[in-house]
Amino acid sequence: MADETPIFATVQQLIASEAPGALATIIDGGNEASPNGAKLLVRPDTEPMGSLGHPDLDRVVIRDALGELASGTSGVRHYGATGEARQDDLSIFIESFAPPPQMLIFGAVDFTAALSRVAKVLGYRVTVCDARPVFATPVRFPRADEVVVDWPHRLLEKVGDDLGPRDVICVLTHDPKFDVPAVISALKTDAGYIGAMGSRRTTEDRNRRLIEEGVNPDDLTRIMAPIGLDLGGRTPEETAISICAEIIAMRAGRLAPSLRDSEGDIHR
Amino acid sequence: MKEILSDLERWQRQGKRIALARVVDVEGSGPRLPGAAMAVNEDGDVAGSVSGGCVEGAVVVEALECLENDTRKMVTFGYSDDEAFAVGLTCGGTIHLFLEPLDW
Repeated sequence: MADETPIFATVQQLIASEAPGALATIIDGGNEASPNGAKLLVRPDTEPMGSLGHPDLDRVVIRDALGELASGTSGVRHYGATGEARQDDLSIFIESFAPPPQMLIFGAVDFTAALSRVAKVLGYRVTVCDARPVFATPVRFPRADEVVVDWPHRLLEKVGDDLGPRDVICVLTHDPKFDVPAVISALKTDAGYIGAMGSRRTTEDRNRRLIEEGVNPDDLTRIMAPIGLDLGGRTPEETAISICAEIIAMRAGRLAPSLRDSEGDIHR
Repeated sequence: MKEILSDLERWQRQGKRIALARVVDVEGSGPRLPGAAMAVNEDGDVAGSVSGGCVEGAVVVEALECLENDTRKMVTFGYSDDEAFAVGLTCGGTIHLFLEPLDW
């Protein structure tokens, strides 16, 4: 391996700046040209650093590492000595350093402050957006990474294309004037979770307005509304927990019953 | 890796030698995903974790051995019929770790 190349220093910078990258390490089956511990650091649109010992192997692993990075996953892959598929001479661990997932919270209300706190604990990059400058201030949402004074649908016109399955949109405005255009824009993104706050009556009213605005009724099933799990909480903090718990359960494809009332392994 | 970066930077500034243990694979029920990392410096100080606290003690021993012998290795913890697996995960899964000196 290229000892003179400060790969770890670059990994540190990458993680600190929340930039994307993937580190491939030979962990088993190494040989003289490609010893165990050899490393290749792959970043989008940047020259790779280091080498696994053979240009063909590097080329195949770069492709696979970019794939792991896109899905934010890490794992072991097996290759022949020069990168051949369906051989298992070399075991290579590809570790993704994906930027944190995003949570966009629309509506600068008390629930927003609590939700931004809980979301930060879970590792989200949090943006709070509200069109009312009096309410959308960094002082009210000190834990948010960004507070944007704008209409939610206008923010989504700018950043919506960047959202993917790991990202979350929470519409807490519960004012049809704001949340109907926000939900319509949210449905155009690939965000993995779209939730909208409001009573059952608000939810029915919003669904009616969304259909009037031309939203396909099938798309309404993407919206988690009323937002959150049925935990019975009342305070903004308890509500934030129920929203985040629902996000985790949805990502994992679970119905989120209590562990006591379900069966099987806890970690699946 | 992110949660142990500040410890790693401090140890590096102090000139400590460091071994890094990373979860690379999990079979069955395991508490931490691939990428979970734990570091041990030459004094035996620990940062991070690779399980729910089940195997960390054994990892420290393996990590110090990596530093002493300047070697890299795979280590597996989990339930097995093999008596050699003295340390297991209480959740019944198996985790594979890659240990190496942080010399890169």
